[in-house]
Amino acid sequence: MSTRDLFTFSNSHFRIGVGITAAILIVTAIAGFIVLPFAQPWVQFANVWDAICSAAGVPQRAPSVTTPEQSKRLSEVVLTSRTLARPSQEAIGRGATLAQRCAICHGPTGISRADSPNLAGQYAAVIYKELHDFRSGARTNAVMSPFAVNLTDDEIADLSNYYAYLPRLPAYHPTPQLPKPNIVIYGAPIRGIAPCGACHGSLDNKTGSPWLEGQSEAYMKAQLQAFASGERRNDISQQMRNIARAMTPQEIEQAAAYYASQPPDVVKAVD
Amino acid sequence: MLVNRKLILAHFWLAFAVFGFALTLGAWQMFIRSPIGTWLSNPELYYRSLTAHGTVMGYVFPTLVAMGFGYAISESALEQRLVGVRWAWTGFWLIVAGSIMALIPIALGRASVLYTFYPPLIGNVFYYLGVVLVVVGSWIWVALMSVNLRVWRKAHPGAPVPLAMFANVAGSYLWAWTAVGAALELLLQIIPVAAGLKATIDAGLARIFFSWTLHAIVYFWLMPTYIAYYTIVPRAIGGRVYSDSMARISFILFLVVAMPIGMHHTFADPMVGAGFKFIHSAFTALVALPTLLTVFTICASVEIAARLRGGRGMFGWIKALPWDNPMMLALAFSFVMLGFGGAGGLINMSYQLDASIHNTQWITGHFHLIFGGAIVIMYFAIAYDLWPHLTGRELIDLRLIRTQLWLWFIGMIVTTFPWHWVGILGMPRRMAYFDFGDPAIAPQALSVTFSAIGGFILLASGIMFIVILARGMRAPLADAGPYRFALAVHQPATVPVALNTHALWVALMIALTLTNYGYPILNLALSSGTSVPAVYVGAQ
Repeated sequence: MSTRDLFTFSNSHFRIGVGITAAILIVTAIAGFIVLPFAQPWVQFANVWDAICSAAGVPQRAPSVTTPEQSKRLSEVVLTSRTLARPSQEAIGRGATLAQRCAICHGPTGISRADSPNLAGQYAAVIYKELHDFRSGARTNAVMSPFAVNLTDDEIADLSNYYAYLPRLPAYHPTPQLPKPNIVIYGAPIRGIAPCGACHGSLDNKTGSPWLEGQSEAYMKAQLQAFASGERRNDISQQMRNIARAMTPQEIEQAAAYYASQPPDVVKAVD
Repeated sequence: MLVNRKLILAHFWLAFAVFGFALTLGAWQMFIRSPIGTWLSNPELYYRSLTAHGTVMGYVFPTLVAMGFGYAISESALEQRLVGVRWAWTGFWLIVAGSIMALIPIALGRASVLYTFYPPLIGNVFYYLGVVLVVVGSWIWVALMSVNLRVWRKAHPGAPVPLAMFANVAGSYLWAWTAVGAALELLLQIIPVAAGLKATIDAGLARIFFSWTLHAIVYFWLMPTYIAYYTIVPRAIGGRVYSDSMARISFILFLVVAMPIGMHHTFADPMVGAGFKFIHSAFTALVALPTLLTVFTICASVEIAARLRGGRGMFGWIKALPWDNPMMLALAFSFVMLGFGGAGGLINMSYQLDASIHNTQWITGHFHLIFGGAIVIMYFAIAYDLWPHLTGRELIDLRLIRTQLWLWFIGMIVTTFPWHWVGILGMPRRMAYFDFGDPAIAPQALSVTFSAIGGFILLASGIMFIVILARGMRAPLADAGPYRFALAVHQPATVPVALNTHALWVALMIALTLTNYGYPILNLALSSGTSVPAVYVGAQ
């Protein structure tokens, strides 16, 4: 027999090989798409076709149930690699003009004397997200919310790029540098807490997380407590709320005190 | 007739050099997150190391072994000079270039995405381009294996293709097709995002593409081992292959059923329908068939050797086996690890049982036992068997070789058994740090410590292996004669076309891929709103 006759039904190997394969496929398909779906008494199917579609993973519209009204808005910021890519000098200049109204709290050089966050050299993505959240109401603050309400998308981007452009300077409230507490370096794996330092600096910095070195101790403590109580809720998927809720009051103190004592020049320059 | 020895030696040396490097990283990883190491306080370094370990052990090392062994088989089994030597060197240098290109971003911490890529996590584009170059280099080998077989067929019309070459080409076709999944994921999805041309990625679709590659790649890693079982071991211990046809059937079964089963890696993923998960689960069960056929055939072949050496009785013949022969030892160790690993694999492939061990250290234990254990120990055996023919020098110190194999076997058991155990207890995989001071997991500290000690036994064995091969390059010259493969009890005079060619089985492999992957892929590819923003490693 030549190779040409291989793919013919007169060839018993072809018949058996294809036959057995097809039979197994058909039997498993019947079991997987018809028998097993109906074997689940807790799932109701209208007909066989409905069961097949379900087992195949055809996207289905969820039955129209009224979703509970969200009492508070959630963050809707979407950040892609293009959102804040390569700001022009003009954009940074516009940001500088806009930033004059922020200087009263955040300082003329982006360094606060008022226990507000230091913004000089903060990642653009962080400022971008917080301003959006203040504007949408996902995050509220008696002072910040009125400032943010009237900002346009472009103004928010320009402000973010301006502050990211400013050099990182030491803060006005220097304290002796403290050793790294466990919560910053190890986290608490059993309670599901990743090390603070894995995202916020000291170990590594991750997209969307602010670096914290030299920030106000009182501010950081207040934010952790607000996350823990659920008063602040603009963190995506409850990332920070889950962590803050599991932290002990002592750990909150330690983390805030540690980061406040660090000079901002130790921030790892990754970008 | 081994003519292009330099080519084959280059593949083996590069393979074992990168293996030694990745093995060292592996041992360090085991140590650093065990209770006996002090936590280095930086998870990023751990994942950097893990990415390098996985990329080298998964893509570079086994591919180079399969290629080098494939060239050796082509020349010695077909008894013809390799056609396309320049192309073969091109493939080799592509792998060298690709490996360097991939390892630089990993070393800089710009590609800590692990070898399974994990989109939407996106690393530096050169990491992925490096992996692509490695795959392209290996595809040159696939083409050369096919061409060489074709040239031989022309000169020997209708003659049975030697078993080693038949299996080797089956392995190369399996690799060619299974690599397509990861290639599609890289070229269509990840690289455009890594290069900045797109900012979002369909992570669910990417996982399906990767599962296309991820399971059958294991059978590609396995091919040299199975070829060694059938065509080297019986000859080395003085026996014969029990059945040539059974061997061919095993290899074609691997071609057909190794491919359409990868979705048992995505049992916990919501984007695949339960029906497809069931089909993949059922086909995964079928993959046990060629392995069981192989275990039967090889045990029978080994029994032939024992009886020829005067073994008697129902089990008494086992004593008569040449246990001081490293090949016999490697085979026995490989079978024991294949047995335990295979039993664990049956649990992984069961939709329901998988739920209890999914993403735990059980999985890490499983694939180290199968790949690092059953498969790699036969890579050692292949190297030991081929070395005298490649170097023209004898490997003298058999005692050292046996010690090395024993250490690898013991090390792998000590490493992976506790891993399985803590997996059942629920310890997750891919974690950089465990707080063993916490009462909740303190009882696992002892198992993890044993596991880490096993890692160092493996490292010691790996170093011995490289030392043995290096010493073999300087041993006194000795003619090892032509390289031969085992003969069957009934050496085939003619073989049915279906068992002498691959076309039918390749067609079935592709057909089953279409039936088992077609709809899930199209479903996600054509749906809108399934993409998420990419997360760039090291971006702010």
